[in-house]
Amino acid sequence: MAEKIGIYVCHCGSNIAGTVDVEEVARWAGVNVKDVVISKDYKFMCSSLGQQMIEDDIKKEGLTGVVVGACSPHLHEKTFRATCSRAGLNPFLCQMTNLREHVSWVNSDKEAGTVKAKSLISAAAERVKHQAPLEPMRVKVNPATLVVGGGIAGLQATLELADAGYHVYLVEREPSIGGHMAQFDKTFPTLDCSACILTPKMSEVGQHENVTMLTYSELEEVSGSVGNFKVKIRKKARYVNYDKCTGCGICVEKCPRKVIDDVFEVGMGHRKAIYTPFPQAVPRVPVIDTANCTYFTKGKCQVCSKICPTAAIDYEQQDEIVELEVGNIIMATGWKLFDCKKIPQYGYGRLANVYTNMEFERLCNAAGPTNGKIVLRDGKTEPKSVAIIHCVGSRDVKTNPYCSSVCCMAALKLEHLILEKTKAEVYAFYIDMRTPMKEYEEFYQRLLEEGVHFVRGKVAEVTDAARMPDEQGKLIVQVEDTLVGKQRRIPVDMVVLMGAIEPQADAKEIGLKCGISCSMAGWYTERHPKLDPVATMTDGVFVAGVCQGPKDIPASVAQGAAAAARVQGMITKGEVLIEPIVASINEEGCSGCRICNTMCPYNAIEFDEEKNVSRVITALCKGCGTCVAACPAGVITGAHFNNEQIFAEIEGILWDAKPQTEKKELQTAK
Amino acid sequence: MENFEPKIVGFLCNWCSYRAADLAGSARIKYPPNVRIIRVMCSGRVDPTFVFKALADGADGVMIAGCHPGECHYIEQNYKAMRRFSMLKHTLDAMGVESDRVQLVWASAAEGQRLAEAIEKLVSDVKRLGPLKWPANWQEDESRLEALENIVKEHAEAMEVPQ
Amino acid sequence: MKYAYYPGCSLECNAAAYDNSVHEVADLLGIKLQTLDDWNCCGATEYFSQDELTACAVIARNLALVEPQVNQLVAPCAACYLNLKKTDRLMSDHAELGAKVNECLAAGGLNYKPGRVTVRHMLDVIVDDIGETAVRDKVVRPLTGLKVAPYYGCQVVRPIADGDCTEYPMKMDHLLTWIGAEVVDYPVKAHCCGGHMTQISEPQAFELIRRLLQSAQDYQADMILCMCPMCQLNLDGYQGRVNGFFGSDFKLPIMYFTQMLGIAFGLEPKKLGFGKELVAALPVLKAKLNGQFALS
Repeated sequence: MAEKIGIYVCHCGSNIAGTVDVEEVARWAGVNVKDVVISKDYKFMCSSLGQQMIEDDIKKEGLTGVVVGACSPHLHEKTFRATCSRAGLNPFLCQMTNLREHVSWVNSDKEAGTVKAKSLISAAAERVKHQAPLEPMRVKVNPATLVVGGGIAGLQATLELADAGYHVYLVEREPSIGGHMAQFDKTFPTLDCSACILTPKMSEVGQHENVTMLTYSELEEVSGSVGNFKVKIRKKARYVNYDKCTGCGICVEKCPRKVIDDVFEVGMGHRKAIYTPFPQAVPRVPVIDTANCTYFTKGKCQVCSKICPTAAIDYEQQDEIVELEVGNIIMATGWKLFDCKKIPQYGYGRLANVYTNMEFERLCNAAGPTNGKIVLRDGKTEPKSVAIIHCVGSRDVKTNPYCSSVCCMAALKLEHLILEKTKAEVYAFYIDMRTPMKEYEEFYQRLLEEGVHFVRGKVAEVTDAARMPDEQGKLIVQVEDTLVGKQRRIPVDMVVLMGAIEPQADAKEIGLKCGISCSMAGWYTERHPKLDPVATMTDGVFVAGVCQGPKDIPASVAQGAAAAARVQGMITKGEVLIEPIVASINEEGCSGCRICNTMCPYNAIEFDEEKNVSRVITALCKGCGTCVAACPAGVITGAHFNNEQIFAEIEGILWDAKPQTEKKELQTAK
Repeated sequence: MENFEPKIVGFLCNWCSYRAADLAGSARIKYPPNVRIIRVMCSGRVDPTFVFKALADGADGVMIAGCHPGECHYIEQNYKAMRRFSMLKHTLDAMGVESDRVQLVWASAAEGQRLAEAIEKLVSDVKRLGPLKWPANWQEDESRLEALENIVKEHAEAMEVPQ
Repeated sequence: MKYAYYPGCSLECNAAAYDNSVHEVADLLGIKLQTLDDWNCCGATEYFSQDELTACAVIARNLALVEPQVNQLVAPCAACYLNLKKTDRLMSDHAELGAKVNECLAAGGLNYKPGRVTVRHMLDVIVDDIGETAVRDKVVRPLTGLKVAPYYGCQVVRPIADGDCTEYPMKMDHLLTWIGAEVVDYPVKAHCCGGHMTQISEPQAFELIRRLLQSAQDYQADMILCMCPMCQLNLDGYQGRVNGFFGSDFKLPIMYFTQMLGIAFGLEPKKLGFGKELVAALPVLKAKLNGQFALS
């Protein structure tokens, strides 16, 4: 059958047409590329009119292949495949080529851009002639979902799904769910108590019939793909029998070993060697910290075991690997605080009364180590003046270039709390005040009126080296006040550093387990930054909350709900379509060398001993094509990326490089 | 040679490097227009014959780009691309193709800048080397093609050794 | 290890103690310093503000004098170090300037390719190249009981700190702990000593010097250790004048870090240039090192 190819070159307004002569490209392709029967350019090919034009042409001209030269296939491949489908052309006979991201946007020379665009169009046209109609594979979606991370984003996602009647496995690394929000005192700008609004959600999750909580557990391994993931979770040994424990807390009360709590109380308070992180913890089942437990370190004590009314203490408990099957995964792994010691001139860790914002949150918190009294490290003196430094480790090329987005508001909240709870003078040092969300700017205005001294300038250093008598025994904040245009030295009793929000230390590692990648800063990469912010490039894996980028509580909750909605959509539909890009082996040509067997990381190639041939297990194949390239007999075919198609693409892409005289074909071993 | 604009074919993996190229575009990072990109699912899909084919069809250089080692979308297939690449280099050496003409690059989906820089480097390296004119050379002498075919064949056979 | 060595003018006269101790310590640690033949003045801080090209050319001449087989140049003086490093960077970042500088050098039959020579400070060579183990191995007279205040000044750590924090450097702190001294973590260790301000306005200069002395004294330092001749001169030479001006009573010996390194390595104080300082150091050593310090 004679090929009839239609070429469609998009202007994308002036996005492509600005540096590529699209009319010339379309004209040229119509004349010079073999088998092309129609070649058109259009202002916006993705518009309904553009799509209609393609549909009409397919029907009218009986096109056998369609090439769309527009933006990245990652953006609109689905759109144009659907267009072809509607007109009765198999979607895999549509080839997109990227004239925007790969040509017009990276180039300012129109002539060179036009030549490059011609190459890509020619390549796609040559390739599409060799493309075969394919049918997507249909896979059932397991209605259970895995949520990784029990902070507010993960909790929201969990509740949305569980309330809708679907089962959720919620994995949390710490002994209790709750995340960072459980540590805060108040939330901005409404100043409602963080625990008061969080703990009801926590207990709802804890008691929900559709939720299986796996706390003190880590994501170990993920295999499978959308609809049918297999997940291994490491349940770390708690040394307390989860089923027997009633959460009475007597073991914690009687434990003689007190240690500094570096996690929940960020070093500001103590906990026992057997503990729940905080009183409202969910679950209430404690864990034993073996590094500090007297029994584990010295071999005697066992007070907890002796006192437990239900004999729940189990010193022999081991880590356990739990295997789960889920259809979708929501990653809500959260963040960690910037290590303020990395900016040594601010004195954190060296000057006693320099605090991080998380330390200060605990100090303010009524349930915290000082029962909410704001006092210096000596535990009794109320500060007469407090400096709050914004952007510590944010908006700084030496540490993190990004804005952590919540610290201005968090700082304003802390400033308000200091004014409310003490008689201290409050100084806020900021670069720019960023208060963009609902009622945030109003809160800033309120603080201005409440009498916080706002100083616009990046602090140079915090020092205890006094120059003036009134600086003696104080911490001096040295800053250039950029509004006044002067250097200022402001002596204070206490300094709070608004540390940046950073990705979890192992975000990348955990992300790789489910096949999602990180941005340069370490945030999980969404499928599209504007139009698809909770999906990822890996089907069936979604992101929610700060792990995708710094954001506040309302935004985290919104994302948690959004991710849950996406998952619900998949579950309701019941099945997903998977691209049929898989390998297959022509058994007749297979010599049984088994080279491909070792190439596959998914064990998707089995060996038939009897017939002495290898065979692809289609359900396991992910379509990378490594075996295709490795087969010495050349009998493995990669659907939609076979040798013929790529060779044709190479020939097409080098349309202007072919030698003058006819050349002899290179015969390869394949 | 001053106005020599090399033609280079880039084989970019779908998940990292192709997306890096997309990102370079969205960020409007400018780089030389000489590299023409072909999308493959994984750098592991890049068969050495693709490279020979491109050079034989008149390309002056080839770029193979994938995810960073340890970050492959398909777990570890870029390591296979890496191993294959070093053997490919040997063969190209034997054929007298300067090693700077064919470069392997890692770029994550976040590294549009890095990819643009790699393209810039490759283009300037190839410019320095001048046109390859492979196909033209065969025209002169058929035995070259024969030799080449043999090498390709040997290479393909020796390429994958089971561990 | 072999390095080219650029002493600079100060080390020829007022900072001879630095030069002596650098050589003594280098010999002991196996650092081969080969003094540049026919080196010239780096132009100090002033020349750059007069005329960039001339300043660069004057400095680049020294870089060009480094033998082709050596690629590292050690400059103990902070100003020389910064000037040499800055010139190398300016020439490589601004090709046009680099070309002009080379035109100037060509008049003397010289040429310098930016990036060929890495300019190093003596502190970096000892800490980064020699390292903790080798330094500790050489210690025969640990400075136990001696409280020292490391003083970095501005020019070695700013704007380019080699593997250290520009705002709050720690390298010398580490080195001094290796030789047994008790390091005083005082807050002004990278503040300015005033440089040539003494020649322009004494009150301002004295205040800057006082702040440093005061802070070190507040933290009970027995002495301040410098890595720059200018800092040493200001803190030592003007200490008496500062006392007179403020009515204070500072009596802090100001030594080079290499001098104390030499003491810990068991070298003769005299060979290390002890006695050239104005606020005498030996009595302090005698008092603090509990008799293990035998004066020769």
